[in-house]
Amino acid sequence: MNIHEYQAKELFDRFDVPSPRGKMAETAEEAKAAAEEIAADLLVVKAQVHAGGRGKGTFKNGFEGGVHLVKSADEIGEIAGKMIGQTLVTKQTGEEGRLVRKVMVADAVEIEHEYYLALLMDRETSRPVIVASTEGGMDIEEVAENSPEKILRQLIHPLAGLQGYEIRTLTAGLGFKGAAAKQFGKLLKNLYKLFITLDCDMVEINPLVETKDGQVLALDAKFGFDDNALYRHPEVEAYRDTEEEDPREVAAAEFDLNYIGLDGNIACLVNGAGLAMATMDAIKFAGGDPANFLDVGGGATKEQVKGAFNIIQSDPKVEAILINIFGGIMDCNVIAEGVVAAVQETGLKLPLVVRLEGNNVAAGRETLNASGLAITGADDLADAAKKAVASV
Amino acid sequence: MSILVNEDTKVLVQGITGGFGGRHAGLSLDYGTALVAGVTPGKGGQSFEHGDHKVPVFDTVGQAVAETGATASAIFVPPPFAADAILEAVDAGVDLVVAITEGIPVMDMMRVKEIMKGSKTRLIGPNCPGVVTPGTGPDSTGGCRIGIAPGYIHKKGNVGIVSRSGTLTYEAVWQVTQLGYGQSTCVGIGGDPINGTSHLDVLKLFNDDPETEAIIMIGEIGGSAEEEAAAWAKEHCKKPIAGFIAGATAPPGRRMGHAGAIVSGGQGTAEAKKAAMNDAGIVVAETPSEMGQALLKAWGK
Repeated sequence: MNIHEYQAKELFDRFDVPSPRGKMAETAEEAKAAAEEIAADLLVVKAQVHAGGRGKGTFKNGFEGGVHLVKSADEIGEIAGKMIGQTLVTKQTGEEGRLVRKVMVADAVEIEHEYYLALLMDRETSRPVIVASTEGGMDIEEVAENSPEKILRQLIHPLAGLQGYEIRTLTAGLGFKGAAAKQFGKLLKNLYKLFITLDCDMVEINPLVETKDGQVLALDAKFGFDDNALYRHPEVEAYRDTEEEDPREVAAAEFDLNYIGLDGNIACLVNGAGLAMATMDAIKFAGGDPANFLDVGGGATKEQVKGAFNIIQSDPKVEAILINIFGGIMDCNVIAEGVVAAVQETGLKLPLVVRLEGNNVAAGRETLNASGLAITGADDLADAAKKAVASV
Repeated sequence: MSILVNEDTKVLVQGITGGFGGRHAGLSLDYGTALVAGVTPGKGGQSFEHGDHKVPVFDTVGQAVAETGATASAIFVPPPFAADAILEAVDAGVDLVVAITEGIPVMDMMRVKEIMKGSKTRLIGPNCPGVVTPGTGPDSTGGCRIGIAPGYIHKKGNVGIVSRSGTLTYEAVWQVTQLGYGQSTCVGIGGDPINGTSHLDVLKLFNDDPETEAIIMIGEIGGSAEEEAAAWAKEHCKKPIAGFIAGATAPPGRRMGHAGAIVSGGQGTAEAKKAAMNDAGIVVAETPSEMGQALLKAWGK
């Protein structure tokens, strides 16, 4: 789940992680009022969408740039008016772009130095790790590649939590001195608290800045949350903006399906995450391109299968469908009945290849055969993938 | 021989009165598993009935262990309570905890893993299909089934199988059985980023198990557990290994169903894992349909 920049700022404020003064606005008037309230010499107004590359993006109305530096409140209002309600296209949005509903107005601080600071879960050690670097504002993977000595890593004991000496080690490693050192220490302590309390799997601040007037601030942040823990953070879950998500994925979530939209033309419907990944791979191996990842789970109902089938069929890019089920405990006939029910409702418009194996497979095959639908059977996954690719 | 469990292993089920736990407890009893106790807080004194079986239910794992001598526990407790249930079983001193529950918060598992350091209990999972040691009866009954795997696809034999994914495990088991061979033990280690037992841990157990002659290791994108296992196998494993890695076509930065199946920052790619396995002399199948054939090739059959 992704959150907006203004939501990240709300979380920072809640945990006392300093960031530039700023406010979200939904209209040009609100943006102007926000600018007057912040009353800085230089302000920045930023379009709020879940996509990178905003600064270099272009609105479909011709207006250039989703991030602007501005000196007066009047100008802020004017620019916000050109952004809100318009569609922004960036290198990450695809040509359809994203509708901008909100902007953030903030103090455009004067930067003395940019740092990198992130908290993540380290899988190898099963511990939180702090990653920090003096090389902020750049792609951290490039820094790690070219100058690994500039990346500091500090593992944290899961039960003891962040210790004072660990903070001091990182503070010294980044070269913070005097008042800035104190500010950084406090920021890190509070950020760790935020990370643990909200069940984050990642908080990345890039850049963390020291301003010319000596403040240490989180300028831009990226959050990742553990979906499994959202049940205990309803306030975080409320940040979900389904307008920013793939509509196919939003529809799938309603049926409690694991679905991820891709760009290919061969859709697949599979039980089990590992097998669903392997099915995508098999389609690619047979020379095709998968249109999605879709795991209906081990205990799928007829309604879920029907819902899944409808989502697949409503995707205009899809030209063929591959169903791959290994029914261990899952009854193959439940899958078959779900498919038949969906097709009877919406009609089968595309070639359909089905590979069923396992529990109650005879009844499942019989259900499909008796339906009179034009279904191609397959012996195993490789065979199914070949047939699906050949059908388009 | 087998690893982790055999037909004599006394098993208890935490969450036996829930729909999911109860269903699979019944299937385990049908399989011949020595399922001796259930635990559901507040339902102590009741019994879980399935066919002719009557399994006593206890309020705590401690009581269940004291009364029945159970040494393994299957966790079917909902995610918010699962970490607590695992630690209860650890505290009661069972040898093996198999956590089936999907959706346990990562922070909970991080703490569980730290607390379990130095304890004698081994944790399998969470978010896993469990462990099966097939028996010699019809449809491999008479063995030990802990978890949710379909029993009938197994056959007693000499192939050890370890996997992060449930259905891919079943594919591998089924292919081995169809080829006329069987399994010593099948272990699903689970799809979460933090788990109790790794591919490497299970490879070591198979390597030391006289009944296991060949191994299938199934991995997927995310983390580096497959690479670590392959590096160890290259130097130390005496037995032939076939492998498969799922997720070569998964887009970076997306979680593919399993919480742990994610390529992030260029780490955890299928290519890197396959390369490590090839380097270790593991025969890697290109599609899951070929796992059985890859095994035969590795095994020289």
